[in-house]
Amino acid sequence: MTLLQRIAGPAAAFAVAALALFAASAASAAVEVREVVSRSGVAAWLVEDHSNPVLSVSFGFRAGGSRDPAGKEGLAELTSVLLDEGAGNMTALAFQKKLEKLSIRLEFEVGRDQFRGTLRTLSRNRDTAFETIGLALTEPRFDADAVERMRASLLSSYLRKTRQPRYLARRAFWSSAYPGHPYGRPVSGTEKSLGAIDRADLRRFVADNFTRDNLFIGVVGDVTPAQLAVLLDKAFGSLPAKGKPQPVPASAPKLPGGIVVERFDTPQSVAVFGQPGLPRRHPDYYAAYILNHIMGGGGFTSRLYREIREKRGLAYSVYSYLWPLRRSALMLGAVATQNARVAESVGIVRAEWARMAREGPSAEELAAAKTYLTGSYPLRFSSSSRIADMLVGLQFEGLGRDYFARRNGTIEKVSLADVRRVARSLLKPDQLTFFVVGKPAGL
Amino acid sequence: MFGRRIGRRLLRPGQALAAIALIGGTIAAGAAVAAEKPGREGLFNAETFTLKNGLRGVVIVNRRAPVALHMLWYRAGAIDEPAGKSGIAHFLEHLLFKGTKTLKSGEFSKIVAANGGQENAFTSWDYTGYYQFVAKDRLPRMMEIEADRMTNLVLSENDVVQERSVILEERRSRIEGRPSSILWEQARRALYLNHGYGRPILGWMHEMERLSRQDALDFYKRYYGPGNAVLVVAGDVDAAEVRRLAEKYYGPVPRMEPPPRRQLAEPPQRAERRVIYRDPRVRRPSFSRMYLAPGYNSDGAEHAYALQVLARLLGASSTSLLYQSLVVRQKLATAAGSDYSATRRGPSSFYLYALPKPGVSMDRLEQAVDAELAKILKNGVPEEDVEAAKQQLRDMAIFARDSVRTGATAIATALMTGRTVADVEAWPARIGAVTVDRVNAAARHVLQRRKSVTALLLPQQPAGANPAGAKKAEVRKQ
Repeated sequence: MTLLQRIAGPAAAFAVAALALFAASAASAAVEVREVVSRSGVAAWLVEDHSNPVLSVSFGFRAGGSRDPAGKEGLAELTSVLLDEGAGNMTALAFQKKLEKLSIRLEFEVGRDQFRGTLRTLSRNRDTAFETIGLALTEPRFDADAVERMRASLLSSYLRKTRQPRYLARRAFWSSAYPGHPYGRPVSGTEKSLGAIDRADLRRFVADNFTRDNLFIGVVGDVTPAQLAVLLDKAFGSLPAKGKPQPVPASAPKLPGGIVVERFDTPQSVAVFGQPGLPRRHPDYYAAYILNHIMGGGGFTSRLYREIREKRGLAYSVYSYLWPLRRSALMLGAVATQNARVAESVGIVRAEWARMAREGPSAEELAAAKTYLTGSYPLRFSSSSRIADMLVGLQFEGLGRDYFARRNGTIEKVSLADVRRVARSLLKPDQLTFFVVGKPAGL
Repeated sequence: MFGRRIGRRLLRPGQALAAIALIGGTIAAGAAVAAEKPGREGLFNAETFTLKNGLRGVVIVNRRAPVALHMLWYRAGAIDEPAGKSGIAHFLEHLLFKGTKTLKSGEFSKIVAANGGQENAFTSWDYTGYYQFVAKDRLPRMMEIEADRMTNLVLSENDVVQERSVILEERRSRIEGRPSSILWEQARRALYLNHGYGRPILGWMHEMERLSRQDALDFYKRYYGPGNAVLVVAGDVDAAEVRRLAEKYYGPVPRMEPPPRRQLAEPPQRAERRVIYRDPRVRRPSFSRMYLAPGYNSDGAEHAYALQVLARLLGASSTSLLYQSLVVRQKLATAAGSDYSATRRGPSSFYLYALPKPGVSMDRLEQAVDAELAKILKNGVPEEDVEAAKQQLRDMAIFARDSVRTGATAIATALMTGRTVADVEAWPARIGAVTVDRVNAAARHVLQRRKSVTALLLPQQPAGANPAGAKKAEVRKQ
C-alpha cells in the first residue's frame, strides 16, 4: 500500500488514510470467535491462539455493587477480595501459595453491574487453573480471620479515598444523580456499611449471584474447543443453574444542571460533570460515541483538550466519555484546575457543550474521528487478556460473535447528518451538572 | 471505566518500579521455555543494528496482531538536568509535541490520530521516551515525524507559557493534591544526599515556574540526537525492513556525540534520616522505609539479582514474609510490601511499607517491621521462599511475550541504563543462579539504618479534629 508523503488538503488526507487503514482494520475481522459449550451447558467464546503456551480467561456475572443490599454497600467488593482467601479445604495462605507455585493469576474486580474475574495460566497448568476457579466460586471459605483482614483492607482504602478530591466529586455526582437508587450508592462501601457485612451476607451474595444463567465467559489462547469444553465444566459446571433475579430498576439520572460545590482544602479543584447518555444498544449509540470522541474522548485531539489544555493551559487532564449502564445511561467528564481558575474551565466546558449541541462537529472532525476509531481498532487485539475481556464485554451487551468484523463498518456508516442530529438531541447544556470539590474561586 | 488519563504521562516512582519489576520478570519465562524446548533461542529474539549517525535500533518480532509499537527513547532524564532547572526534562517532553520546521504546533498528534495511532510519552530520572502504537503499515509515517522532531523542534514563547501552565496543573494533580506524594518527594530527597535521583521528575514548583524557552532548547540541543537515543520497534515487522526504514528516516539526522555525563555520586551515608509529614487530608497513616541500594551500575552491583529475589519474597504479594507476619499473624497492618529495581544508571533504593490498622500506633508498627528485618538478618531467609521467589520471577516472562509492549520496554530500559540485549536475555539464568547465601548477603549489605530514610505520613495534630472534612454541599444555579 503506497503512502502519500505530501497530502493536499485535510479532507484528502483523511480520505487516503481511511482507505489505507482498511487493510489493517480488516485484520480484526480475521479474529475468529467460536462458541464452545460444555456438557453441562456452560457456554464460552473462544479465540484460539497457539503461538504462546498461555491462556487468558475472562468471565463475569451480571451482579455488581448495584446488587448490594442497602446498608451493606461494599458487599460485592468484599466478596471479590475474599475469593482467593481460602477455598475448599485450603486456607488463604495454602490457596495463594498453590496459585503462585503454578504461576496462576486469578483476580476479581467489581463494578456497578458486573462481577468480573480474570485468569491467566501457562497451558501446562490449565487443568488446575480451571479447578481453582471452580473452588473459588463454589467453595469460598470466608474464614473469620480472612474476612476481618479484607474488611480492614477495604476500610483502609475507603479512609484514603475520602480525602481525595476526585473520589469526593464522583461520589457527589453519583449520589446526586441516583438518589435512593442502587446506582447512587458507593460500590466500595462506607465505613459504616463495610462494618455491617457478615459472613451470612457473603454466602448469600455468592448463592444468589454466581449462577450459570448469569455468566459470560471469554477465553483466548492455547486451548482447543474440545479441551475447553472439559475445562469449562471444571470451573463452572457445579454452579447452580439459576439464581435469584434481582433486577435493578431502570432510572433516568437526576441531573438538573447547575453547579454543586463541596469545599475541601486542596490547591486544585476537581470538577466532575455529566448529563443523561444513551443505552448501548440504542440505534444512535455509534453516532454518540463518535460525537463524544470529538468532544472529549479523543485524547490529544478533542475539543475539550484543545480549548482547555492546549490553548489555555488550564488543565493537565480533561476528558469526557459515554457510560451506558445496564439500567441507565450517562455522558460524563472531568477536569482538574487550580482553585483560582477552575471557574474558567467550567465555563469553557459549558460553552463547548452548547456549541456542539447547536452546530455539531465539522466534516473534517467527523472524518478524523472515524479514521482514528477504525484505524486504531486493531490495537485492541494486541494481548490475550484484552481480547478475552472484550469477549465478555460483548456478551454482557448482547452484541454478537461477529461484532469484531462488523464494528468498523458500523462506524464508517455514521454520517455527518446523523452526528449533527444526535448532537442536537443528546447534548443538553442546561442539564449538564457540575460537581466541584476544592476551594473554587468565583463558584 | 472512569479515571482515564490523557496527556503526556510521567513515570512515577511506583509505576517505574512496577514496570521494571515486570521487565526484570519477563525474562523468567525464557528459562521455562528453554526447559521445554531444548536448543530454542532466547526470549525476545531481538535483532539490533546501529546507524552511521550513532542511533541504535532494536527490532522485536511479535506477530500476535498486525500492529507495530514504535518507540524512541533518549538517554536524558531528571538526573541530567542542570542545577536550578528541575523539571526541564519533563517539560521538554511536553514541548516535543509543539511545532517543528515543517509541522505546526499540535500537528504531530493530529497525524498520529489520522493514522489510527495511539501515542504518549513519559519522563523518568534516567530517560525520556516517546512512542506510537499503530497498524503496521503506518510505521514509516511515525518514523518520519519522530525523526523530524529529534532535531527540528521549533518553540514559540506562547507554546512555552501555555505548556508551563499545564505542567503546573500536572504537579498540583500528582503532588500537591496528594499528601502521600508530598511525603514521597521529601523522603526521596533525604535518601539521595547528593544524587539527582533525589529530585522530583516533575520538578520543584518554584523552579518549574521559571523554566524558560531557552532552558528547554538548551536541554534539547544537548541531549536530543541519534547518538543519545535508542529506537525500538516491536510487532508484526521484519528486522530488515525496519532497518531500511530507520536508514531512510533517521539516517539523515546529523551525527551527534552523546554529551559527557557527570553524575553526582553519593557520599558515604552515615546518619539515619526520618521524614515526618502531617497533613489534615491524611485519614490513613502510613509507614515506609527506603534504603539506599546498589543498582546494576553502582557499587555493590554484585547484589543486584539477589536483591530482586529478596524484594519478591519479602513483600511482593500476600504470601510474602512481611505481609504474613504483619498483616496475617500479628494483625498490626492492613497491608505491607516491598519493592526494588536494579535497572538504574546509578544507585537504587530498596523500599518497604506498611499501613497500620486503626488503633495501632506507628511506633508499634515500626518496631514490628524492624523485628522482622532483624530476624532475617540474624537467621537468614527461608530457602524455600528463595526458590519460590525465583520461580515466580522466571515464570513472569512467558506471559510478557504475549504483550507487544513488555519486551520492547524491557529492552529499551536496559539499553538506557547501560545494559545490553544479552543482559535482558540472561536475566532468567542469573535469577536462577541466586542462592540463599547471596540473598542473605544482599540483605546484610542493604538493610543498614544509616543508609535509610524512614518516612511517616500522619494526620494533622491534634488527633480527633477533622479540619479538612468536606462541608455540606451547596447548590447553585448558574
